[in-house]
Amino acid sequence: MSFIDSIIPAGFSLNKKKLDAAGTAHSEQVGARPALSKHLRWLESEAIHIMRETVAETRNPALLFSGGKDSIVMLRIAEKAFRPDRFPFPLLHIDTEHNFPEVIQFRDKKVAALNEKLIVRSVGEDIRAGRVVLRKPDESRNVHQTTTLLGAIKEFEFDALFGGARRDEEKARAKERIISHRDEWGQWDPKNQRPELWSLYNLRIHPGEHVRVFPLSNWTELDIWQYIAHENLEVPSIYFSHLREVVERKDMLVPVTALTPAKTGEAIVTRSVRFRTVGDITCTAPVASHASTVDEIIEETLLSRLTERGATRLDDQTSDASMEQRKKEGYF
Amino acid sequence: MTTISEATIDTLRFSTAGSVDDGKSTLIGRLLYDSKSILEDQIAAIARTTSKRGQEGLDLSLLTDGLSAEREQGITIDVAYRYFATPSRRFIIADTPGHEQYTRNMVTGASTADVAIVLIDAAKGILSQSRRHAALAVLLDLPHVLVAVNKMDLVGYQKDVFQKIKTEFAAIARELGVREISFIPVSALVGDNVVSKTVDAANNMSWYVGPTLLEFLETVRVKKTTSSAFRFPVQLVSRVRFGANQDSRGYLGRVESGSVHVGDQVVVLPTGETAKIAEIITLEGNAESADSQDSVTLTLDRQIDISRGDVIAARFKPPRVIQSSDKFRGNVCWLGNEPLSLQRKYLLKHGTRTVAAKIVSVNSRYDILTLKPETVTTLNTNDIGELSIAVAKPIMVDAYWENHVGGSFILLDEATNATVAAGTILAETSDV
Ligand SMILES: Nc1nc2c(ncn2[C@@H]2O[C@H](COP(=O)(O)OP(=O)(O)O)[C@@H](O)[C@H]2O)c(=O)[nH]1
Repeated sequence: MSFIDSIIPAGFSLNKKKLDAAGTAHSEQVGARPALSKHLRWLESEAIHIMRETVAETRNPALLFSGGKDSIVMLRIAEKAFRPDRFPFPLLHIDTEHNFPEVIQFRDKKVAALNEKLIVRSVGEDIRAGRVVLRKPDESRNVHQTTTLLGAIKEFEFDALFGGARRDEEKARAKERIISHRDEWGQWDPKNQRPELWSLYNLRIHPGEHVRVFPLSNWTELDIWQYIAHENLEVPSIYFSHLREVVERKDMLVPVTALTPAKTGEAIVTRSVRFRTVGDITCTAPVASHASTVDEIIEETLLSRLTERGATRLDDQTSDASMEQRKKEGYF
Repeated sequence: MTTISEATIDTLRFSTAGSVDDGKSTLIGRLLYDSKSILEDQIAAIARTTSKRGQEGLDLSLLTDGLSAEREQGITIDVAYRYFATPSRRFIIADTPGHEQYTRNMVTGASTADVAIVLIDAAKGILSQSRRHAALAVLLDLPHVLVAVNKMDLVGYQKDVFQKIKTEFAAIARELGVREISFIPVSALVGDNVVSKTVDAANNMSWYVGPTLLEFLETVRVKKTTSSAFRFPVQLVSRVRFGANQDSRGYLGRVESGSVHVGDQVVVLPTGETAKIAEIITLEGNAESADSQDSVTLTLDRQIDISRGDVIAARFKPPRVIQSSDKFRGNVCWLGNEPLSLQRKYLLKHGTRTVAAKIVSVNSRYDILTLKPETVTTLNTNDIGELSIAVAKPIMVDAYWENHVGGSFILLDEATNATVAAGTILAETSDV
């Protein structure tokens, strides 16, 4: 068995590549899509079940939609759960205003195509109104999303928020329940989580409290891409390889943008890169890649030796415990 | 490149339990590390933390010790879920803490497991915690218990030590009623028999001829106890009208057991009205049938008043209806911080239905080491016992040993909203 064979997980098949005259790889044309693998079918059905339970047992849910791949899968799950009905909840985007333009274009196109309601609340508004104070003007707005998110929860009286977080993303997430209870300050208490048995979810809350609901808890990054491939879902173009000006900093590629200019002395180089997550520009780094199709991304994900967050979050590196701290304070 | 056939696809869920310091975190770390499921940046992070603590090398247990609170205390305090895959299977690990007071986390982690791995420290032998783990596996009706006898390096890899533990624990398991049990001698620290058999002159366990832990997990066949009778707890009723005449309601839910075909005769409970399945609707279009665990929308051939919490079931093998003010018997693990109270009103969630419930009597508490019933008047946190419970509205149940979904429930505290108990429904209702 070759190294690649030995790490291919169960239920996965790599598409055979044909090289054309120019030497570029193309996926072989397959006829009808094969049925969803047993594993993905189970994950999909579980996610649908969780979404329906939440809608049935909460008064006013909303679905966090960022335009990223996990939230794209969440929208597909919502379609599977509720079509031909409209979604029984609005979509909510907490906008850092530090977005890649491709992601916002994608977001608006997707919302229009689905004909669903999108609410946007921006961190910029909170900064301008003085509710968020920055230590320095160009700092990452990721942490400040918490203020804006809690503001939106209060404004619309949301009592449940669907998020696309997965337990395989990060250590603090591995202990997150599917239904995660938050007190009236939006805080998460890891020591006082509700036991979650079988698929019996406890969605009861007191006034002012809310729950975060993570239907994709049991999915891995690979599952997400395989599902996107199977369902033929469109994703923002920056997930695919493209040429981009970057600087190399601390073993990472940092995109050169108006918000993240090169520092003096840093060499700007053009590289073939793609993004594995699409967050705040100031703290999202691309990885070197030539993957230009979903199948090629899947292949690359299989071979990748870095976790998603490790590879692409400039702000998570400082401490092993930083995510847990932010979650306690009400972060996604 | 290889294409893996669909037939081999399978996801195994297993839980891990052991007493503190038996080496559970190290074992899981070893499993992930040796099966190449750990990524470079995670390895770098634990290397940093290991050296910050003034230790050498790679402390594999840090991979699973997720929360900073537990790292401070040095113990695992909550269930952590881990995912990995090999060419033959995908795995979901529910890593449950070993600390005595966290029985409730163990129950949480094990409730959906196919295999429970119980760790025993070869140097310490069988502890009361080991018995407790096996007893919980019996109460949750888990298909298979795998005993990993760890730290074999500390006892010179002696066959006798392993055999003695195996013989003793097999007897305990038989007495408790464990369904199936297997034993593997391992050293999580060194790596013997976890992913590969590292047989050399110094570390010699060549007397062991069975599979490694990973080989076992990759090949074990689990006999799940889910009856084939169709059960469909209704989650929601669609506002859209379906069907040729636009007069059918859509019932949203998941097939919890059995399967369903268009034209099947069904009964709607608790009303007892009968109908036939008209359509099985999915986003991809109508289907002829749906299998256990599929989330779909059903329509019926005639109009019946159905709401959330009702159950659509096989007409000729329906679940038992426990009528309002009737009682049923169940085993529960008490999870609440406050003791059970016969005066309080609780909420009972079963399937998609939540009803008011009253605990009529505490019939017994099980000695967690022997499962022998004792007479008590209440249950405290982490106690397991048998209750008689009365419900304010009907519920449609199966015995847990026949159908895990139809036979499980949770109790909620109406005042605090806390989940205070997890329960399994016992067979008959008449002899309460
Ligand atoms: N000699 C030896 N020590 C082990 C073995 N497995 C774990 N340990 C050590 O036992 C201690 C407790 O291990 P840990 O994995 O944290 O235990 P947990 O509390 O069950 O998670 C640590 O010092 C480990 O290095 C083993 O197979 N052999």
